[in-house]
Amino acid sequence: MPESTRPYSDTEMMACAAARLLEDRRSVLVGTGLPVVAAVLAQRTHAPQLLIIFEAGGIGPQVPELPISVGQSRTFHKASAASSMHDVMSALQAGYVDFGFLGGAMIDQYGNINTTVIGEWEKPTARLPGSGGANDVGSLCQRTIIIIRQDRRRFVERVNFITTPGYLSGPGARERAGLPEGTGPYRVITQLGVYGFDAQTKQMELVSLHPGVTREDIQINSSFEILIPAQILVNERPTAQEQAILHEIDPLGISIGK
Amino acid sequence: MVGWHDPDENRRWIQENKCRHLVDKRMSVRQAVEKFVQDGNFIAFGGFGHIRIPMALVYEIIRQHKRDLVLAGKTAVHDADLLIGAGCISQVEVAYAFGHELRGLSPAGRRAVESGQVRVVGEISNAGYQWRFLAAMMGIPFIPTRTMLGSDTLEYSSCKVVRDPWSGKPVCLVPAAYPDVAIFHVPRCDPYGNAQINGILVEDFELARASRRVLISTEEIIDPEVIQNEPSRTVIPYYLVDAVCEVPFGAHPTNMPYLYFFDEEHIAEWLDLSQTPQGTDEYFERYVYSVQDFEEYLERVGGVRKLNYLRRVEQFKAPMIAPWRKTK
Repeated sequence: MPESTRPYSDTEMMACAAARLLEDRRSVLVGTGLPVVAAVLAQRTHAPQLLIIFEAGGIGPQVPELPISVGQSRTFHKASAASSMHDVMSALQAGYVDFGFLGGAMIDQYGNINTTVIGEWEKPTARLPGSGGANDVGSLCQRTIIIIRQDRRRFVERVNFITTPGYLSGPGARERAGLPEGTGPYRVITQLGVYGFDAQTKQMELVSLHPGVTREDIQINSSFEILIPAQILVNERPTAQEQAILHEIDPLGISIGK
Repeated sequence: MVGWHDPDENRRWIQENKCRHLVDKRMSVRQAVEKFVQDGNFIAFGGFGHIRIPMALVYEIIRQHKRDLVLAGKTAVHDADLLIGAGCISQVEVAYAFGHELRGLSPAGRRAVESGQVRVVGEISNAGYQWRFLAAMMGIPFIPTRTMLGSDTLEYSSCKVVRDPWSGKPVCLVPAAYPDVAIFHVPRCDPYGNAQINGILVEDFELARASRRVLISTEEIIDPEVIQNEPSRTVIPYYLVDAVCEVPFGAHPTNMPYLYFFDEEHIAEWLDLSQTPQGTDEYFERYVYSVQDFEEYLERVGGVRKLNYLRRVEQFKAPMIAPWRKTK
């Protein structure tokens, strides 16, 4: 692949990092925005047999361009099935869905996410949209990938409201609560790098940095301590081909920027 | 908890109130709302977000100044935002509300919640909500699920956790939800209420069967023979339905799969005007109170020229636009 010299944005980097995590011949539940952009990018590069699923019923579409809503006709364009939410959510619950994407307003060290409320639930400072399908994705998909911008306000010690379960209070908590075995947050992608979760403690740990980012940047932009292993990879910048495809999927730059 | 009934009570209600024979249910949007939407009702809308939303009936509810409605926030977006902005809603059970997906957050909806004008009565997830309808349509008190466990979404919902008597693992029970009235927009329906849908059903199959009253607006009313020739495509059979209203472009400005795209200009105008209470009033004056009916509304939003354009975008013959996009 030719080395790209075209400047790139951190949003493009996040989309590429997300796409590269998706494996061919697997299934992924996507929402609007960067998740669908990443899934289509994966499909058009290394994962042509990636099964894309939308919660409102679109199963296996050939997504022609960025959908604005999770239920619009673009989400079942030339699809295998235009089905229902009951059908898709049942597939999640039964174990057919390998990856699920999540966004969020705030995340904590165990990957718990808040998209419901800032301040007290009874008298909110800011009311956010709520779970939507996010809790179902976080509860029922095999591995979830969270895409979120990172700063001290968003990376918090404890979220004030767990809209979507990560590892809850730590090791074993998901299983004790009754969530399906072996499920949970797999990766967190921010503008600074990619994180995973320590196998024992289930705390967030750094996996790789985006080009030009330092370990210090990681910690400065988090209110909790992020585990930093001895070996850290550096992600490859977006290639020319990846950049071209991103703008093909989102020609107006709604999610990916101009 | 909203929308719950004892299953025997609901059976009795169905026995006494739903007719099992064929009746011509055609009526105007005005008659349908007058007859079947009462102040204080627990109400739900078919479709999803900005997809296949029965907007002609939403506008009519606003025009008739219905009050104190309890809304099923089952990914209720444009419908919820307008009804809240117009003061029709006092309570919402929230799976997803107060947002417009990629278009941003909803100024009117958030203002209403943050000021206390609208009360959030509970949280739930999308799967949880549609399984509430599944339990109701099955005539059973609840459905066990494995979603929401361990989260505050469950803590603030009407669901309960018990141990599965077989595996011993905790399961989440979602209680049945029976809306007083549910409203759908479909591409075709016969005079008796046999309705067919193209594309994804979202949760319309379950919601129609869970609701006590079902109102349908349709792009066209078709001959019953068309239904009988392809009965496997019927999503909502007639005995569930109470009113059938013929309203071409009845989902405008939302997306009607295969027929017309979102009217992004109109949605952007709402998002812009609803930034302030004055702007919100201005929107309703311009598009609801000062027009006689939906036909006049369609003229006001751009008439035939605009509608033909929306058809072309849906068919990929014209590019989509995003006028609500904030320039970063």
